[in-house]
Amino acid sequence: MDFNLTSEQEDFRYFVHDFVAKELKPHAREIDAKAEFFWPAVQKMGPIGLLGLNVPEAYGGAAVDTISASIAIEEIAWGCGSTALAISAHNGLGLTPIVKFGTEAQKQRWLPQLATGRGKLSSLGQTEPGAGSDLKGGVRLWARKEGDEWVLNGTKMWLTNASIADLMIILARTDSTSMSHILVPTDTPGVHIGPNEKKMGLKGSPTNAVTFDDARLPLENLLGVEGRGLQQTLEVLDAGRISIGALAVGLAQAAYEEALQYAQEREAFGGPIAQFQAIQWMLADAATEIQAARMMVYWAAWMKDQGQPFTKAAAMAKLFATEVSERVCRNAIQIHGGYGYSSEFEVERMYRDTRLMTIGEGTSEIQRMIIARHILGR
Amino acid sequence: MKVVVCTKQTPSTTATFTVNNGVVSWDDPGGKPNVVNPWDEYAIEEAIRLKENHGAEAAIALTAGGESADDVLKTALAMGCTEAIRVEDAGFAGSGSRGTANILAAAIKKTGADIAFFGKQAIDGDTGLTPVMAARALGWTPLTYVSAIKSVSDDSITVERQIETGTQTVTAPLPVVISVVKEINEPRYPSFMGIRKASRATIPVWSAADLDIEGAYGPGSAKVDWSEITQPPSRDTVVEFISGDSAEEIAAALATKLFEEKVI
Ligand SMILES: Cc1cc2nc3c(=O)[nH]c(=O)nc-3n(C[C@H](O)[C@H](O)[C@H](O)COP(=O)(O)OP(=O)(O)OC[C@H]3O[C@@H](n4cnc5c(N)ncnc54)[C@H](O)[C@@H]3O)c2cc1C
Ligand SMILES: Cc1cc2nc3c(=O)[nH]c(=O)nc-3n(C[C@H](O)[C@H](O)[C@H](O)COP(=O)(O)OP(=O)(O)OC[C@H]3O[C@@H](n4cnc5c(N)ncnc54)[C@H](O)[C@@H]3O)c2cc1C
Repeated sequence: MDFNLTSEQEDFRYFVHDFVAKELKPHAREIDAKAEFFWPAVQKMGPIGLLGLNVPEAYGGAAVDTISASIAIEEIAWGCGSTALAISAHNGLGLTPIVKFGTEAQKQRWLPQLATGRGKLSSLGQTEPGAGSDLKGGVRLWARKEGDEWVLNGTKMWLTNASIADLMIILARTDSTSMSHILVPTDTPGVHIGPNEKKMGLKGSPTNAVTFDDARLPLENLLGVEGRGLQQTLEVLDAGRISIGALAVGLAQAAYEEALQYAQEREAFGGPIAQFQAIQWMLADAATEIQAARMMVYWAAWMKDQGQPFTKAAAMAKLFATEVSERVCRNAIQIHGGYGYSSEFEVERMYRDTRLMTIGEGTSEIQRMIIARHILGR
Repeated sequence: MKVVVCTKQTPSTTATFTVNNGVVSWDDPGGKPNVVNPWDEYAIEEAIRLKENHGAEAAIALTAGGESADDVLKTALAMGCTEAIRVEDAGFAGSGSRGTANILAAAIKKTGADIAFFGKQAIDGDTGLTPVMAARALGWTPLTYVSAIKSVSDDSITVERQIETGTQTVTAPLPVVISVVKEINEPRYPSFMGIRKASRATIPVWSAADLDIEGAYGPGSAKVDWSEITQPPSRDTVVEFISGDSAEEIAAALATKLFEEKVI
């Protein structure tokens, strides 16, 4: 048993932290206020390797282990939740399926541009107006074979990155009982990307509905195995959950640091509020729970890298880390008092940002369902 | 064309210092207490660019320092330097600027480079002497405070220098020593691929026996004696909020204050 990161992982953390502290964190409030995606920092992420975390070096990626990838997302989230969600979704939901299931030609076609920042980002569309937690029963978007083409009709909802992507991966029904993934370039005729959704937080991460109106794609745009789309989705989501856990830890860490500093500066009843046990307990709980959450995320990442089954570990890490993050961000506002409720202070944004984490990539209820299935053996 | 870049490990800009009985120590909780001298990041970037864009056959990072200085060489490798060399010898201790320059000059010569980059100055010693003293030891042309490389070939280089009275364009035959200012480029961040390569690299250490050092170095060679080191008194700062009815009024009040305090 060894709780130390490797020196390589330590270096990754140091340099990503430095990058985020200089290029991203100072802009986070403005990104939220303007509700605009922040390309200037993201463009610089390409050469660093942050846009191809699990893409092999042969295609221009960084091919880091899952713990390093988690560290990267955690650090980006420490700086800006919006940007972290976009980068997490790009790596975990957009590129991972191509790396895992793509043909050599598909990898050659898409990975070099998407993993290096020469192109835009990528997006995965599974959710629909009537299908979220229940994709199996709910997906209505069809891809029908006509000659040597797929013809897509239907609507997807809540695609992170759709309006800032070159490529979307779409989960479509390809017969009445099964689904498949289809690669859809965003400039395909018949694809209409809706305006950015108005959201409670993560305002600098565009989320869009996308409609497909006789959108035609060559048959070779099938990703992976025809009819195995749902299984492929579940595999991708297992890994994606580790990333959302890491993102939640990063937001919690940032809120905790703000609260820790504020508690030592703000004075009441003749001294800093940090002297009150009520405040100390909130800080102590935050430090403890963040540590536990981070360990669970690394543990799930480690299981994945060891090639062990990690579905339960990922579900546990995501469930715990996202709920910890919400609590820590909530208490960070509490410690700030009235100022915490003001958008002049950082913690208010962090609370709004982290609120998604118990919903996206599988709600807390769905994580508990997965964990229960494992422990009950059903 | 072969390029070497000299880089020094210095305390980080956010480190806090304590002086105890003339001994300086520092720490940077949450960060790294020692980093690449910030000015040297620009020198490293420029060396890598000569390799990437102008066909230099190598961009070699060089430092004189103890084992912990491997860290700065690893950063240089992670950014894109092709090799790294550390020079260290028990006999180097106590070298002043001239001794350090003599040691670096011998190492530069051994690499076979014909362009040697330096930062403008080190943020700890802060003399800016090392580049010119190394140039003197090598007998190469010193081009200091360089803000742009206009053109470079196998036998000459044209640079822009930033001097107090303006900008000067200079052409010199190679070999040259160049010290850079931060206007010259925007240093890149190390990449994951580079960090991986650097963490697996073994860095050769050259000792006095490996070098043909001309001139004085080591104990007793320094021309400057650090006779006393003391902690500067802490400054009392007062925060004052300036208020007013309009931006103009606030700005005027601020300007008056700044004049009164002789800040402007
Ligand atoms: C900002 C944002 C970004 C997103 N990005 C993407 C993206 O990039 N790609 C994508 O495909 N989707 C994305 N989504 C969609 C997200 O994954 C879904 O919102 C999520 O999976 C929940 O689905 P739903 O909204 O349909 O809720 P529902 O499935 O309708 O759930 C409603 C409630 O019922 C509960 N529930 C449902 N089933 C059960 C059950 N069996 N047992 C107990 N409780 C249950 C849920 O936990 C929840 O509380 C995003 C959403 C948001 C808000
Ligand atoms: C603890 C301590 C004690 C010292 N005691 C003495 C003393 O007693 N007498 C004395 O004269 N000096 C002393 N020095 C100063 C030391 O000799 C200088 O640090 C050294 O000569 C470099 O000068 P500088 O720091 O002013 O660098 P500058 O000349 O300002 O540096 C300019 C550039 O030179 C290069 N460079 C400088 N140093 C190195 C290096 N080591 N390796 C590679 N490149 C380098 C870098 O590119 C740097 O940007 C002491 C330094 C320390 C840290």
